[in-house]
Formats: sequence, C-alpha cells, structure tokens
Amino acid sequence: MHSSHKIPLNKILLAIASLSVLALAGCAGSPTMISPASENAGMITNLFFILFAIAVVVFVIVEFLLFYSVIRFRRKSTDGMPEQIHGNTKFEIAWTAAPAIVLAIIFVLTWQTLSALAALPTDSLKITVTGHQWWWEVSYPDLGVLTANEIHMPVGKASTLTLESKDVIHSFWVPELGGKMDLIPGHTNRMWMRPTQVGQYHGQCAEFCGTSHANMRFEVFVDTPDQFDAWVAAQKLPAVTPTTDLAKQGAQIITTAGCQACHSINGVSAMIGKVGPNLTHVASRQQIASGLLDFNADNLRLWISNPPAVKPGSMMPKLALTPDQINALVAYITSLK
Amino acid sequence: MTTQVATLPAKPREYTGVMSWLTTVDHKRIGLMYAIASMFFLLVGGLEAEIIRTQLAQANLKIVNPDLYNQIFTMHGTTMIFLAVMPFMAGLGNYFVPLLVGARDMAYPRLNALGLWLFVLAGIFLNSSFFLGGAPAAGWFGYAPLTSMQYSNTNGVDFWIWGLELLGVSSITASINFVVTIIWMRAPGLRFNRLPIFVWTNLTTSFLILFAMPSIAAALILLFLDRHFGTFFFDSSGGGDPLLWQHLFWFFGHPEVYIMILPAMGIISEILPVFSKKPLFGYTAVAYSSVAIGFIGFTVWAHHMFAVGMPPAIDAAFSLASMIIAVPTAIKIFNWIATLWGGSINLKTPLLFAIGFISLFIIGGLSGIFLATVPIDFQVEDTYFVVGHLHYVLFGGSVFGIVAGIYYWFPKITGRMMNEKWGVVHFILQFVGMNLAFFPMHIVGILGMPRRIYTYGANLGWDTINLIETIGAYTIGIGILIFLYNLIQSWRSGAVAGNDPWDGDTLEWATSSPPPAHNFEKIPVVTGRRPMWDVKHGGQKMDYAVEPHGFHMPPPSIWPLILSFGLMILMFGMIFGVIPLVIGLVIFVAGLAGWINQPAI
Repeated sequence: MHSSHKIPLNKILLAIASLSVLALAGCAGSPTMISPASENAGMITNLFFILFAIAVVVFVIVEFLLFYSVIRFRRKSTDGMPEQIHGNTKFEIAWTAAPAIVLAIIFVLTWQTLSALAALPTDSLKITVTGHQWWWEVSYPDLGVLTANEIHMPVGKASTLTLESKDVIHSFWVPELGGKMDLIPGHTNRMWMRPTQVGQYHGQCAEFCGTSHANMRFEVFVDTPDQFDAWVAAQKLPAVTPTTDLAKQGAQIITTAGCQACHSINGVSAMIGKVGPNLTHVASRQQIASGLLDFNADNLRLWISNPPAVKPGSMMPKLALTPDQINALVAYITSLK
Repeated sequence: MTTQVATLPAKPREYTGVMSWLTTVDHKRIGLMYAIASMFFLLVGGLEAEIIRTQLAQANLKIVNPDLYNQIFTMHGTTMIFLAVMPFMAGLGNYFVPLLVGARDMAYPRLNALGLWLFVLAGIFLNSSFFLGGAPAAGWFGYAPLTSMQYSNTNGVDFWIWGLELLGVSSITASINFVVTIIWMRAPGLRFNRLPIFVWTNLTTSFLILFAMPSIAAALILLFLDRHFGTFFFDSSGGGDPLLWQHLFWFFGHPEVYIMILPAMGIISEILPVFSKKPLFGYTAVAYSSVAIGFIGFTVWAHHMFAVGMPPAIDAAFSLASMIIAVPTAIKIFNWIATLWGGSINLKTPLLFAIGFISLFIIGGLSGIFLATVPIDFQVEDTYFVVGHLHYVLFGGSVFGIVAGIYYWFPKITGRMMNEKWGVVHFILQFVGMNLAFFPMHIVGILGMPRRIYTYGANLGWDTINLIETIGAYTIGIGILIFLYNLIQSWRSGAVAGNDPWDGDTLEWATSSPPPAHNFEKIPVVTGRRPMWDVKHGGQKMDYAVEPHGFHMPPPSIWPLILSFGLMILMFGMIFGVIPLVIGLVIFVAGLAGWINQPAI
C-alpha cells in the first residue's frame, strides 16, 4: 500500500550531481573561490577540496546508514518486539573518537593555512581601500594614485590591502583573489594577495551596509608588470584639459552645478570634494556607479540624469540639469581618460 | 496496549469561552496558544521568504525596491527566530514538560501566562512597525553603526529593540518555569537519569536562555542610548567600537541557535524509540551530549566574526571550539541511527519528519565544519553558503523537529489523529522543497553570491540556481499550506485517538487525550526511563503517589494579560513619546498590583 515514502538515496545523489554540473556550468562566468587566481586564494581552495572530500565520505556513510536502517528494519506484520538494546560502550567510544580525530586533523590544517594567510609580506605594493556607502575609494599611497571602484595589481607580486571605512561596516571580497576582510569604521584591517594569473576579477561588498549593498561592486585587474606600470603612469597625470567646445562647457558646469561638493579632479582647483569618487581618470575605468553600468556615454547620461534611479539610496542626488547641460557634462567626463 | 474507550473527554463548563482562554494559567492551554500564535507568525515569516525568493528568482528583478526588501529580510529572520521557532519550542515544551515529569502544571502558572502574552503582544508590536514608519531594515543581527540613528533614521530599529526586549523577558519567564518545574516538580521516582531527553533538552535550553539573553538585552539598551541619548558605545567617532556590538550580540546569538535546535533534538529523541519499538540508544551519551552542546555553545560566538580582523590566534581558538562542538552532535546522530537499527520501524508521519530531520541536520552539520575552518570561512562567510547552512539546521533541523513533534503530539492535544495520507504528501513537499531551496545555496555561495542582496548582476552565472531555489521555496510553501489544511481538518473531524495511539513510552500517554486540567487522576511513581513501556510490555504494574492533602489547580488570572498589555503600550511610548509611555506605565502598574493582590492559591 505504501510505496517508499522518502525519495530514494540514489535520486538525491543524482540531484546533487546535476546541481554540481549546473554549478560548474555557472562557473564559466562566476566569480568563484574554486577558480583561484592568487597564491592566497589557492591555499584556501586546496583546504576546501580536502574538506569537501572528507565531507562527501562522511555524508555518504552516515546518510546510507540512516536510510538503510529505515528500509531494512521497516516494520513487518510478523515482527515481534525487537531486542531492547540500551547502548554499547565500544560504539560510543568509537563514534566519539572518530569525529574527534578527523576534526583534529582539520584543525591542524586550519591553523597552518590561517597562519600563512595572516603573515603579511614585508615587501609589497600598498593599496588602501576605504569603504563608503556604496562605493570603493582606492588609493596607492606610495604611488600618489587615487581612483575608485577599480583596482589594478601586478601579477606575481604581493599587494597588501589596508581596509578602512568612512561610514558603516563593509567587506572587501574578490573570490578569485582571496577571502574577505571587513572594513570597519575606527579600525584598520590588512590582508595580502599575490595574484598568479592576469585577468579581470569581480568583487562585491560582502557585509550588509544599507540600501544599495547589492550594488556596491568593483573589479580588480591583474596586469602584467608593464601594463601595471603604464596604468600607474597614466593615473598619476593630472586631468586632461578639454579640447571640444561641448567638453569645455562640461568642464565649466561640473565646477558649479554641485558636482564640486562631492568629487575631486586633480588639476581642477574647484573640484576638491572628498565625499564621492575621484574623477580624474574616470574615463579610463570600465564601469561607473561601482560596477552597475559599463562606462559609455549613454550610461553616463543615464547615471547623471538620475543617480537614485540607477542606484537606490545613492547619495549622488538628481541635480536640476537640462539635457544640454548633461550632454556637456558627458562630453567632458568621457574625455577624462 | 491498554484499551480505552475511544471518545473525547467532556469539557467542563468553566473551560469554554474567550475569557477562559485570556485568563488561563493552564500550561496546556498556554502551550497551545504559543503554538497557534507561532504558526501564524511562521506564515508571516514564510510570506516574507516567498517575497524574498520571488525578488531573487532572476537577475535585476524589480518586484520590491531595496528599502522594502531590506525590511522584509530583516523581519523574515527576526520573525522566524523570535516569533516562530522559539515560541513553538516554548509551546510544545509548555504543554509536555509537566506531563513528561508527572506534574500537574508548571511551577509558576501566572508567570507562564505572562510569557505567552508578552510574546503575542511583542509579535504584534514588532509587525506594527511596517505600518508605523517602517520595519527595521538593518538585518536580524543589527550591526552597528548601520543601526545608528545616522544610518537608520526611521523608527524601525527602535521597534526592533523594544520588541526584542519584550521577547527576551518572555523567554526568561518561560525558562524560569522550566528550570523550577523540572528540578523540583518531578513525579516520585523520576530521577534525573530517567528524564525524557525532551526534558533534558528543555532544561539545557532554559539555562542557555537565562545566561545568553542578558547579553542582548544589555546590548539593545546601549544601542537605544546611542540612538537617542548621544552615547558612543558602538560609535568609533566617540571612542566606542562597532565590534562591541558584535561581541555582545553573538555572545547571545550563538547560544540562541542551540536554544533553537536542542528542543528539536529532544523531540526526535522521543519519537525514534516509540516508532522503532526500542529504547533510545545511548541515553546517557545523548543526555550528556545535549548538556555539553549547551556549555560549549557559549565558547564559539566569535566564529560569526572571523573576517573582522581579530588576531589569528583568536580566530583559531574559536575555530577549535566550533569543531569541538561537532563531536557531541555527531554522538547524538550516531545514537539516533543506532536507535532505529534493529528496531521494528513504524513509518508514520512523525517518524518521516524525524528521519528527515536527521538526514538534513547531517548536511547542516557538515557545512558547519566548512564554516568553522577559518580560511574557508574567509571565502564563504556572508555568502549564500551560510544561508544554505543556516536553513539546513534551522529549517531542516528546528522546523522539521517542530513538525515531527506536532504530528506526534497532535493526538494527545486534540484527541484526534491527523490524516496520514496528507501527512505523507506534506512530508514529500517539505523534504523535496527544502533540498531544492537550500542545497543550491551552498553552490551559489561558492560561485560568489553574497548574502543580504536584493538583486544581482545578470552576467555572474547565478540566475538558474536562484530560480531553482525559488521553485523550492514555493514547494515548501505548498507543503505548509497542506499541513495547515490537515491540522484544521483533523482537529474538526479526525479519527478519535484514545489515550495512546502510538504505543508510547512516556507519561503523557498515561492520561486521556486531551488530558484533564489536572493532567493525571493519580500521579504515577516512575521506575524507569520508559514508564509506559514497562507497564505495557515489561510486565510492571503502575504504582501511584499518595497525595494525602489532595490537590487543587491554580485559579485563572487576567493580570498577566493586563501587565503584558501595559508593557506593550509602554514600548510604544519608548518610540512615540510620553502619552503612550504614561498610559503603558499605568496599565503595567495596575496589572502588577492586581497580580500581587490576587491570592496565589
């Protein structure tokens, strides 16, 4: 009368396997910790796969014992009272000792990896990341570079990130390049990374920080040493002077329309605002609005016209600008390479 | 099996009517009201979950805006923890602990009623925030400085603060009752090493509440002072520290999760022996493990803070403690399996959910080891991996345990059986839905998806997995609705259950279904861990305690309700000003005065 009431074990395993395949398919575009692109992330991934193997073995054994016991000892009408066993000391010792030993091994590996991750390198590129609601301020104090929402690092070299916050707690996380570390107001946290592969890596804030927490994204570019040096050199230059009429108009508007209260542009004396990103080389960045929009004229227009519509809660207000004024601003800002 | 006449006991006249419920101090009625109110809030929290899952089903959806979304996920967590799971446990415990220890009621019946009404009114108070300026939107864990007035400038966080304070008082009163009742009101012969495991877990849980709640109670007051009185406890600009909040919160928050799981483990430990026709394997180990989990649970709190920048030695210490706590948990799982092994297994719905519990808790426990491994936690902390883990232990664990307990004890509470076929359908939907909803979360967390985000980009490979999770969530929802239907239909017209429909082992099955107000005609003398089994199958004769002065039951009282109501209005006053504050205070004092003046007997 009753067919098996529970989903058989093999179907569960099939579901898990399918989901894993699905997951691997997602891997292709996903910022995943299991595709590490740095030495420090690699250490974590190695530990992860060791633990995963142990977990799979434990899972299969224990779930099997559970489901087998229910199927094997299912009540039959011929059953009498089963043997009333109260316990077995040997078993108790065995299944106390076995998990304890496995966990002890895991702990030793944990401590080793943790120590390696905590050991800040003596010689490294210094990058300071300051969290704001909802964007990332990025500076290279030794190189005189200030940018936002985009980080460049040379491959093969260690970078030490100094993490601070101007407002609430945020968390810096680029899965392919390392674990996360919180940015806490009043605290200074540090972590190191040594990227091993050139590429572009996605990061997001990983500590709930308010309305647009989901929108606080960034990209890390791991460059060849030459690419990195070229990038630094370009970032150190003051802002491009506008050449077209429209861009010149934009350069005027930006200093008077309100933008000057929050943004800075190196070489433009009126633009010394510290509340929003530095725009000196904003056109060299791949995205705007902390990873929400690809950088192009249309998206820039969309953003400037109504920032809170793109990024809810954004501190960048919808200013009273005419379409012509916005076009001028776009012309100027797209020239700020 | 003893034969009983299969009819429902007649209801005495004074036990009918709304006033009888509002003034009751009967632990069974109080327990039932706890359970019904919890069920209501489970549905509210479930609706919030469905909204969350709908919003996340695909990238860049605009079902709800982020401000509303952030309120909804905050209230989902707060509601499920404080208004659904904890009160359900308090309710089942309230109903059955006195029966299981052979008592006629809890030690402090009016205090018991107070706990119930504080919970119900606090739930109303908290949810009223949606209509009175906005619900709290800073997460159920409310990290500073996001909860400061500067970054959360609606009333929401204040509703959260005072709602939780009321709920904390409610939990503390219930815990006092459990501790005193269990320690001092056991039937003759009921030594501690004969206590049902459900009673052991309730005792442990009660101590956890008594020691953990003060931490959050204090933290919430400090937060209120920061928000309204210009202090800097959690504000670094004035010499304070946001991490102080985290330590105070998690010192409560971690024991909190054991508060939620231990009673469920107790329920499972009651169900498995009855449906296997064998004693619980390794009773002593299971009892000690429960208590050990309670103790060790106080030493692991900072594993929620691995990424805040603590020194590695500190991270390692909390990592070690978090791994140690896995050992008593493993011991229990093995003992449960050994209870089933060699038994004569009756695969009815209570057992289905008990087995579901074990299978899902294994997964939740294993993912917990990943989280305890600090370097891995650096990657998966604050991602959907954690959301998957927590739902396996809290839904697969606590909720499956609660549901198992309801199917098991529904006949005792109502005198009727639930429908077995609908029970199986419910189980399949809830088990399959649970795995569909929450297993992929581990994967998508590994694929880089952080938690507490109202949307995500389209090019990150998270869409399909989120859609699967949403389908799982809807599947669970359908299962819960079927459960609700079964509960209501069975209560109205289920088959009459009799005293002992499951051939149970423990004292609650010695009395009628439902029990009379005084629980037992005569208090049994207990001579073993399975008093009913001993009598029915072990050839023992039930002996009864002599009560030379007879007994009397405590009279009903309106004062706990009035006092609670006064406190609730007072909390509105903390937010809206002096008029409700004064009115609340007056009602509170009136309630207190009435209570003190009412004779206790």
